Amino acid sequence: MLQIDKVSKHFGGLPALSQVSFEVTEGQVTALIGPNGAGKSTLINCITGILEPGAGRIAFRRQELTGLKPHQISRLGIARTFQNLKIFPRLSVLDNVLTGLTGKGGGSLLMAMLRLPYLRHRERQLKLLALNALDRFALTDKADWPAGILAYGDKKRLELARACVSEPYLLLLDEPVAGLNAEETADIAEQLRILRSAGHTMLLVEHDMELVMTIADQVVVLDSGRCIATGTPDDIRRNPLVLEAYLGSMEATA
Amino acid sequence: MTGKEKLLYFLYLHRTGLTVTVLSLALLLYPLYQSNPYTLGLSNLIAINVIVVLGLALFIGFAGQISLGHATFFGMGAYGSAITTVTFGLPPWPAMVLVATLVGLFAWIIGVPILRLSGHYLAMATLGMNFVFHTVLLQWDQVTGGPSGFAGIPLLTLGSFAFDDEVRLHYLLWGFALLFLLLCLNLVRSGVGRGLAALAGEETAAAALGVNTQVAKLKVFILSAVLAAIAGSLFAHTYSYISPDSFDIFVATDFVIMVVIGGMGSVWGVLFGTGTITLLPEWVDFFETYKDFVHGGILVLVLIFLPQGLVAGLVDMVRVRMVLRRQKYASDR
Repeated sequence: MLQIDKVSKHFGGLPALSQVSFEVTEGQVTALIGPNGAGKSTLINCITGILEPGAGRIAFRRQELTGLKPHQISRLGIARTFQNLKIFPRLSVLDNVLTGLTGKGGGSLLMAMLRLPYLRHRERQLKLLALNALDRFALTDKADWPAGILAYGDKKRLELARACVSEPYLLLLDEPVAGLNAEETADIAEQLRILRSAGHTMLLVEHDMELVMTIADQVVVLDSGRCIATGTPDDIRRNPLVLEAYLGSMEATA
Repeated sequence: MTGKEKLLYFLYLHRTGLTVTVLSLALLLYPLYQSNPYTLGLSNLIAINVIVVLGLALFIGFAGQISLGHATFFGMGAYGSAITTVTFGLPPWPAMVLVATLVGLFAWIIGVPILRLSGHYLAMATLGMNFVFHTVLLQWDQVTGGPSGFAGIPLLTLGSFAFDDEVRLHYLLWGFALLFLLLCLNLVRSGVGRGLAALAGEETAAAALGVNTQVAKLKVFILSAVLAAIAGSLFAHTYSYISPDSFDIFVATDFVIMVVIGGMGSVWGVLFGTGTITLLPEWVDFFETYKDFVHGGILVLVLIFLPQGLVAGLVDMVRVRMVLRRQKYASDR
């Protein structure tokens, strides 16, 4: 579904990504792991069009993504969450989720100002979709709260709800459980499992190994901008290169 | 649901439409209660300012940009109408449409390069635009009449009905203001409006949600310019006389102050902000003399203590309070 082919990106002379290639398969969860500074966020930013890759190509459903603007990529059906939350604190929780449906709300300023019956009707449908998403993530009773006063865990779930509400083909999740306690992590993991069984394709960037190992179908390991291993969680667990670069050091400190 | 709950739910569901209706009724009846032409003249000035500030509030509060140059578009509307009707002899209404269209085009042309800037740089660029425009008004006196102003602008008419006294103007100007208020309220409650609110909150996130940030900013900029131009035309036809001083940078900053008082992201706040700032010099003589100090002081204080604006800031505080109280009530039970 998403092909990443020999993507490289340099910041000044510093290589952040060099010749990274892998594929995200439809209906599967692909986890992207690697130590800090391995280039995971850079890769996500290249996929979503915030950064332009220096070389290589990224294709989504046979369409070239390189050179497209972030909003165009979003409209192809790629939704994302952010590592450091980017919710809109002054909008209500419901409106935050509704912003996830911006692409479906009609783009004409004039039509929006006239608010003709067809638009009211569509608004109502969108609101139903949004309430549905809130329900899935157990936020319904807080729908009219300003999003800024939610607890951290709720904000994380809200961002997830906003990303899911448009039923994107591909979900990019940038550390969805970072900073959450064990209970909240289990909760998010459960949601991700439900999403996967509903057929969503996900690319998951995560440091929480337990989550990665239980939920991912395929794991891609980045280290210093290079892709050092690709395989099932079991393969990765036994791969000596990975153990040395990443898991090994984790076990040593644990 | 009981009858009372049904009624409350109905009121809640149609709160925007109902508020607009109540406001329209109040304004419809206002001249019956208030016949002093001076007071009506003031409320008419508020209506004209409201039209400018509505557009600017969308640009500042929703698209998250800043403009210290909206007196330019206001002045272009006023001088455009004056020149097309007096110098070229066009009838006022078609002239108004023509001028608004031309100003929209101008905003498009200048908006493409200028909106690549943001923050302080955008403020400086728009301020510069207003300086240039004001200088042109003063210097190009064969066309604009220079510092002595432009007189003899015809009144607006509908057939043989001329908008020549304060009461008639009240209905005309507030009619326009309410129409644009309604259009703006519709806009902010739509998908496009939410896209704009997202843009004001966080540009990267908005783009990731499918908002074309560059185009959205430009569209709102053009919309606000067109609204300001229409207000300018109305201003010219209301007073029959205009001079460059009504369109200098202090007027432009006053428009921004009105937005800040009303609050970012609040359409209703526009009415309050515009009303307060327009009336302040009338209430107390002190404000008349030291107007710029007072306005500057208000701006600084509001931005320090309620950066999202006075009315919007207070509304946000109340909303948070209410939620917290309800939560406490729920956990007590």
